[in-house]
Amino acid sequence: MMAGFLGLVRRELLLAFRQGSALTLTLAFFVIAVTLFPLGVGPELNILQRIGPGVLWVGALLSCLLTLDRMFQADFEDGSLDLLMIGRVPVELVVLAKVVSHWLTSILPLILITPLLAVSLNMPFDGIVAMEFALLLGSPALSLIGSVGAGLTVGLRRGGVLLSLMVLPLYIPVLIFGVAAVEAAIAVLPMASHLSLLAAMSLGALVVCPVAAAAALRLAVD
Amino acid sequence: MAIDFHKYANPTRFLRLASAVFPWVTGAAVLLLVTGLYMGLFVAPEDYQQGETVRIMFVHVPAAWMGMSVYTMMAVSAAAGLIWKHPVADLSAKAAAPIGACFTLLALVTGALWGQPMWGTYWVWDARLTSMLILLFLYLGYMALWGSFDDHSKAARAAAILVLVGAINIPVIKFSVDWWNTLHQPASVATLDGPKIHGSILTPLLVMGAAYMMLFLSVFIIRVKAEIMDRRLQIMKISQLQE
Repeated sequence: MMAGFLGLVRRELLLAFRQGSALTLTLAFFVIAVTLFPLGVGPELNILQRIGPGVLWVGALLSCLLTLDRMFQADFEDGSLDLLMIGRVPVELVVLAKVVSHWLTSILPLILITPLLAVSLNMPFDGIVAMEFALLLGSPALSLIGSVGAGLTVGLRRGGVLLSLMVLPLYIPVLIFGVAAVEAAIAVLPMASHLSLLAAMSLGALVVCPVAAAAALRLAVD
Repeated sequence: MAIDFHKYANPTRFLRLASAVFPWVTGAAVLLLVTGLYMGLFVAPEDYQQGETVRIMFVHVPAAWMGMSVYTMMAVSAAAGLIWKHPVADLSAKAAAPIGACFTLLALVTGALWGQPMWGTYWVWDARLTSMLILLFLYLGYMALWGSFDDHSKAARAAAILVLVGAINIPVIKFSVDWWNTLHQPASVATLDGPKIHGSILTPLLVMGAAYMMLFLSVFIIRVKAEIMDRRLQIMKISQLQE
């Protein structure tokens, strides 16, 4: 079962790297979206420092949404989803493999480039460290919650728009505590409680979301 | 006394029960609304700090209660629909969604109107207000998801999954005022030490709560009936086309 899971993750990663474009496109979207803010609100450094954490988090949420609707869609269209569903690997693990590869291909690059963007938004060093920790702990919840939305909208015609309407409200708690952690760090306040809550949300989502997404997929293929 | 609610999976049986209950519920809703509004708007004393604006509470608080309770009821219906394939349970979740969304919107709007004179602002991003706003989005997402399927039974199951995932928000709203330091006042009616409000305000509030409940039931019965009729109409149309 574990071998099947790892095999699935490897397949997804291979597909992502060979197609290539999706990876760089998400990254480019994130960078451009964040760059728009200094142009929009003006280049005053203290304003940028004030809005930096929020801009980076919102940028990450939106970039994550971009690739979410493809999570199961391609496999649904070419029929391999049906094969995965009747295979030996439980559907919940199939979902988890998809989530892991979505996180690795769509979110990890964002986390890696965040320090660079944070510097450009005049974020102090403590804030950057907190931002990285908050993203690492909180972003798995984004992929996990997203998998439920992706599962529910697979095979629908207007799936993408609907997906954002369903998923973004559920992202709000992650956004609130993610930003709160960074702001606490910038103000030299303890941020452990915010980080714990982010980790709790990711762990909670790890329990609930694969089951819900698997139920949604069973519904989509029958 | 256990109610065998599988009995009411049969739409005809459900319709018979609903039609019998409907006049009573509607009558009670009208009666309670009139009494509650009269008590709230004319009898209840003004607050020594808030003045007349305290009367907004009689519309606002029960609406917020209903916004949350209707969602909880939808989650229970959705679970029943998923587990026992109970067709009326699916329909009841669908029928309740727009009503719940209206109550939530009413709570948000009246809260904003109250907030302007009291807090000096229509809106603050504190935990309770934000989580109520999320609740409204959850209702909208639910209705949108239901609308985008052609197949009714698939729509019901997909929407049920979404409701159950979103149900996590309900305890967050309920306890948001205790968990975080918010501008919104903490719970003052259903607390362990009993209500913290004086009876002159509490009684109209509870009457309004009951009135909203009856109003919900009345509109709910109309909507479920319409859903069942709609379903039958579609079946009839299809069989007509096949002939």
